Parts: sequence; C-alpha cells; structure tokens
Amino acid sequence: MLLGIKSDIAIASRTKSIAGSIKYLFDDEDIIFDDLRIVDGEKVTFELLDSDDVSKVTALLKKEIQGTVISQNGMKFTLQMTPEEMAKTKQNAIKQAVDTIRNRLNEFGLAEPTVAKQGENKILVEVPGIKTQADEQRIRELIARAAHLQLMAVDEDRAARVSTMSAAEAKSYGDVILKDVNTNEKYLLRQIPVLDGSMLTDAKVGFDKSNMPVINFSLNGQGAKIFGDFTAKAVGKRMAVVLDNKVYSAPVIRERIGGGHVQISGNFKLEEAHDIAIALRSGALLAPVFVMEKRSVGPSLGADSIKASSLALALGFILVIGFMVIYYGMAGVIANVALIGNLFLILAIMSLFGATLTLPGMAGIVLTVGMAVDANVIINERIRELLHEGKSIAKSIEDGYDNAFTAILDANVTTLIAAVVLYAYGTGAIKGFALTMSIGILASMLTAIVGTHGIYQWLLPKMNRKRLNFWFGIKSEEGVK
Amino acid sequence: MELFRLKKPLSLMSQSKRFGILSVVVVILSLGLIFTKGFNYGIDFAGGTLVQVKYEGKAPIDKVRKAISVDKNYESASVTYFGSEEEIVIRTKMSSKALGEDISDKMTQLLKGTGKFEVRRVDMVGAKVGSELREKGLMSMFLAILGILIYVSFRFEWRFAVASVMALVHDVTIAMGAVVLFGIEVNLDTLAALLTILGYSLNDTIIVFDRIREGIRTIKDPSLGSIIDESVTQTLSRTTLTSLTTFFVVLTLFLFGGEIIRGFSFTLLVGVVVGTYSSIFVASPILMWLGFDVSNFREKEAEKLKREKEKEKMRAMYEQGTI
Repeated sequence: MLLGIKSDIAIASRTKSIAGSIKYLFDDEDIIFDDLRIVDGEKVTFELLDSDDVSKVTALLKKEIQGTVISQNGMKFTLQMTPEEMAKTKQNAIKQAVDTIRNRLNEFGLAEPTVAKQGENKILVEVPGIKTQADEQRIRELIARAAHLQLMAVDEDRAARVSTMSAAEAKSYGDVILKDVNTNEKYLLRQIPVLDGSMLTDAKVGFDKSNMPVINFSLNGQGAKIFGDFTAKAVGKRMAVVLDNKVYSAPVIRERIGGGHVQISGNFKLEEAHDIAIALRSGALLAPVFVMEKRSVGPSLGADSIKASSLALALGFILVIGFMVIYYGMAGVIANVALIGNLFLILAIMSLFGATLTLPGMAGIVLTVGMAVDANVIINERIRELLHEGKSIAKSIEDGYDNAFTAILDANVTTLIAAVVLYAYGTGAIKGFALTMSIGILASMLTAIVGTHGIYQWLLPKMNRKRLNFWFGIKSEEGVK
Repeated sequence: MELFRLKKPLSLMSQSKRFGILSVVVVILSLGLIFTKGFNYGIDFAGGTLVQVKYEGKAPIDKVRKAISVDKNYESASVTYFGSEEEIVIRTKMSSKALGEDISDKMTQLLKGTGKFEVRRVDMVGAKVGSELREKGLMSMFLAILGILIYVSFRFEWRFAVASVMALVHDVTIAMGAVVLFGIEVNLDTLAALLTILGYSLNDTIIVFDRIREGIRTIKDPSLGSIIDESVTQTLSRTTLTSLTTFFVVLTLFLFGGEIIRGFSFTLLVGVVVGTYSSIFVASPILMWLGFDVSNFREKEAEKLKREKEKEKMRAMYEQGTI
C-alpha cells in the first residue's frame, strides 16, 4: 500500500496549536485580548485591548512561540509561520506519520510490517500475512485513523441556536459545528481547543459502571495543569471530547478536575476501543494520509501463483543442472555446486534484508542464476581450450581462470552498474529487482571465481589426462599427445 | 560432450551488411509499432483498479458486466477471462483514494447473486503514481546506460561502449516492439523483464567484446574483421550454451508459470533470443563501422602497459629506498 500525505493539513493544525498556546499564555499572564482567530488556515490574528501590554506581548511571543513572523499594526497582531518552519513542519509530519503507523502496526501485533518513507510525501506500507477481509479492514482503519484528540469548550452563549446556525456563521464567532459520533447531534464548539492529544501520555481500555468499554487517558504535567485551570474556570459549562472531528461526549463540568485523567465513552465495541487506544497511544497523525496505491493478493492466489512459478523455476533449474553435468562431466558438477551455493547465498542475504520475494525479485534470481552458470561456462570453455592445446591440467586450470577473469569481471561490473542505478532511482518492485540482481552478481562472482577454484585445487591431485572425458567432458585421447 | 569444435573461424563479418539491414528493418518496424499502436499500459502505469475474481465453475461474464454496471464507477469497466474460464479480471480507470473504502467488499456486494466466487486480487494505483513511475523508469534506464558507457570506455575503448549500448538499445527496442505486437499489458512485471533483457544483453555483449579485446592483443592478423570472426567463433560455444540454458529456464517459466507471469516470461523469451543474436551479429559489426583501428589500439595498449611497468619500477625503487 502506498500512502500519500496531506501535509498542508499539518500546517493548519500547527497554526491551530499556535493559536491555542497564545490563548493559554495570555490567560495565564492576564493579558486582555480580543478577536483571536485563524485566517486562511495559516495566519493567527488577535487584537490587544490595553496598549500597555504591547511591549510585554511582543517579548512574550518572541520567547514562547518560535518559527513565526510577527507583524503588528497598531494593536492588531498577525503571526505567520516562516517558510523554513513550514517546510520543517511538513517534513516532520511525514516522519511522524511513518513512526506513528509503524508503532500502531507493531502494537497491533503483526508480523514484520514494513513502513518506509518514499520520496518527499509518500509512505510505503507492507503488511504480510493478513488472512481475512475483516482483518484487512481493521488494519486499514487503524492506519488511517488520524487519532486527533481535542478537548474543546462548548460555546454556551450561542449553543441554543446551533441547530439553525450555518458553518460560516459559526466561523465568524470563532466556533465550529461538530456532530456527535452516535446520535449526529450538533455541538457548537470553540474553534481553538483547550488542549489536544500532543499532551497525552497514556491511553488504556477500561470499563465504566455499566460495564461498557471506555478509553481512559492521562495527560502530562502541562496538560493536566491546563486542564485543571480550564475546568476550574468553566464550572457549569460543558466540555466536549472530540476525536477526529467527532464529538464522543460532552459532559458538564461540575468541579475543577485535577490529576489529568480523562475518560472517553461512546458506546464502543471492545475491539474498536482497543484500536482507538492504540492509535491514541502512538500519537496523532499530524497530517491525514490517503491511498495512492494498494495491492492485495488473496491467500489462495498468492499460493497458486507462487506454486506455479516456483515449480517452473525449479524445473528450469534442474534442466540447467542436468545439462551442465552431461556437457561438462565433473566440471559441470563443480559448477553446479557453485550454482546451488550461489542460490542459497542470494536467498540468505535477501532474507537478511527482509525482502519479500516478488515477481521482479524472482526475475532478478533468474538472471543471476543465468549469470552464475555463465561464469562457470566461460571458465570451463577456457580450460577446455587450453587442454586442447595440450597443456597440463594444472596449467590449464590456472590459465583458464586467469583468462576468464577479465570477461567475468567486466560483464558483472557493467551489469552491477545498471543494477545500482536502478536501485537508487527505482521504486518498489524495481528496487527489489535491482537489489536481488546486485546481491546475485556479487554472490556469483564469489562462488564462480573463488568457490570453484578452490574445489579444483582440492581435486587436482586426483585428475589425470587419461580421464578428461570424465573430468571435463572432452575426448580423452585427443588431449594426450 | 562437445558441440562446437570449429577448426576454421566462421566468416561472419563478410555477411555483416545483411545482418545490419535485418536489424535496422526490425528496429524500425518495432519503433513504428510502438509509436502507432502504442503500449497497452496496465494499471501500474495508467492508474486504475484491477479486481481478479475466481468462480466455482464457468464465470458468468455477461451477468458480471450487468451486475457491476449498476455502480457508476464501474460503468466503463472491462471484464475479461483470465487464464481459464473460471477466472475473470475487471479493470477500471477509476481509483479510490479513501483508505476506508474497500474495493473487494464493494465487489463482493456488487457481484452478489452471480454465483459462488472469491475475490483473489485487488490492485489499485493512483494516476499520479503511474506517471511518476514512468518518468522514474525512463530516468533510471538513461542513467544506467550512461554509467555503462563510462565504465566500458574506461575498460575498453569508447567505440566498444557505443557499440554495446547500441546493441542494448537494439534488443530492448525489439523486445518492446514484440510487447506491442502481441498486445501484452505493460506493467511492473513487463518493465522488470525489459530490465532483465538490458542486463542480459549487456552481459552477453561484454563477454564477446572481452574476447575481441584479447584477440586484438594475441592474433597476428591486423584486420579487425578477421579478429572479430575468430573471437566470435571462440566464444560461440559459450554464447550458445548460456543462451540455451537461459532460454530453457525462461521457456519453462512461460509454459508452466501460470497466467500472471505470462507477459513477463514472454518478454524475456524474446529478449534472450534477440540478445544472443545482437551480441554476435550486431555489436561486433558496429565496432567495425565505427572505424575501430586495431594498430592504434595496440599502440595505446602498449603505452598503457609501459606506463604501468614504469610505475611498478618506481614503486620497487621507492620500496627499496633508492628514491
């Protein structure tokens, strides 16, 4: 699955959290201000009411809020992120998304999920071993869940009119209208949240009095303080627990709540509560993701096609091995030992890299097995040539290897160059192909040149020119002069 | 066993014009096909959705068409048999971006009532990914060729580099022509096959060239034509053997590998044949036509050798402390 990421949203939510911290800062410092709002999704504006505060505010903003350009027009302030900060935020968003998705899949307990950044704004997710469609659905939802938790104040002054209010009107008051997750009831909420999921430290599934699953979460020190301060001020008002822009509950605050423990209830199924808790624990996605590419193979097809093509490959392999023995005699057997060694080397290194065996990967193996055979064919042909010239076996083997070496080296290095370029520039399957090919080339150079040479050295004392047919597959009497 | 024990070198270069004309004609035909008929891009490159469904018994293809046309997204979908009459493939240009929406669920729902079936594969590729893939694929091929040119120029001579790249382009073009001619869907597997051909053709050509390079040093005859003839003849047994073994592996893959792998193995099959042909009959004549000068090369090689010897001498003196 290849996911794209909407990094613009990361900018918007960063802007939102800047607005949130301004509000908290000013409330904390008793600075009176008005008309705090977000313009165009990336600017925060507000107006001071007391001109004595201007210098204090400027200093405060400079100290507490980094990466923004602050412009001032009389008592009106505008904050906008610097381009560097925006780029950084976008980069962070994708990096964080990769980490978050990986954490979620790991917590879900899946075998070896691959989550990797691809290019500037894409994420590759590979999850092997999904058996049922229901599982797949659950995993997709888990990945896609933004898990953006917000605690928002209900705008009690205008709440009565919510059913007739338009989104635009709500916006003009600095409010948003969000719906209840179960009943679709509308809530009018202050646009700037009291706090969000970034201050969350833990989330667990628990049960309420009526034994329904709920999610309990804890806030960090700062979050607990903000939450305590807010609840103290807003006694008698409602506060909504909002997850991914849906209101889960909106209880009335009866008293100041310290300690930073909050509960979300919302008629969850146990599985759902479990998944949400994982998502909350692993953190929110700073920017939402969407699918750019998705491939899934049913288990039966996977098995079918793997069976068919591995059968075909095995058959081809046996053909080659048989042919080598018939054509080259013992020299063919030696080549086959190298070939099999080479195949195991490739598979071992591939599993070391955690590569999945795809069709292009298999193509890489075919090509490299072909090249490994080839290296041995070249060597054997060279040895035969020298034997025909009447050289001794030892000399023929030595010179045969020497003569063959440049051909094998140059042929392999050129192919290796192509493979490396493909690896660097290719994506997905091409990368797999190039990787297999590179590994295969190195392995075949090793097994064909070093490996078989060693075997020849070891067998050399046993060889004699009278049995050239047995050893090298050429007529014996011809060699004897 | 021994198949090739030729006493006399084949006289290939005297026939080189004929092979040249044959190659040029086939390449032009291939290019014509590629530009007029064009590639049949699969969803990997064009973007879209592919759903493979297997029925128990014969697939009711007309019923399927009717059933899915209810959904606007699948109105223009193509439905074809795949491999056997039990399996069908549904293709659309549409690609869903929503992570929550599941195509196989949707299909199961749409096809309800057409019989007992199982959704076996769902591939979905966004249109943007496809075009990006195409660009990157081309870019990587270009860079690979550039890298090869540099390395071969360094190890051999620039004419060898140009000739090997021309042979490579020759092979890939003809293979692409065959892909277009037989209407094989171009997807990632086909691309992988083309890349394999690239590697294979190169490997083959370089090995022949290595022999020619050696021939230039050892064969007394100063005419390039006869050096090439003799070198190609010497490597003939190796070229044929390797090609045959590879051909058999690919052929079994083509015959028994199943429908999914067919486009891939067919492309490879063409590539192996063309690659072998080109390393014998195309690459070497190009070397001749580029005006490769044997005596010039020998002089340069001799100079190189001399320089190396001097270097060694210097080093020896240095190590003995005489400098």
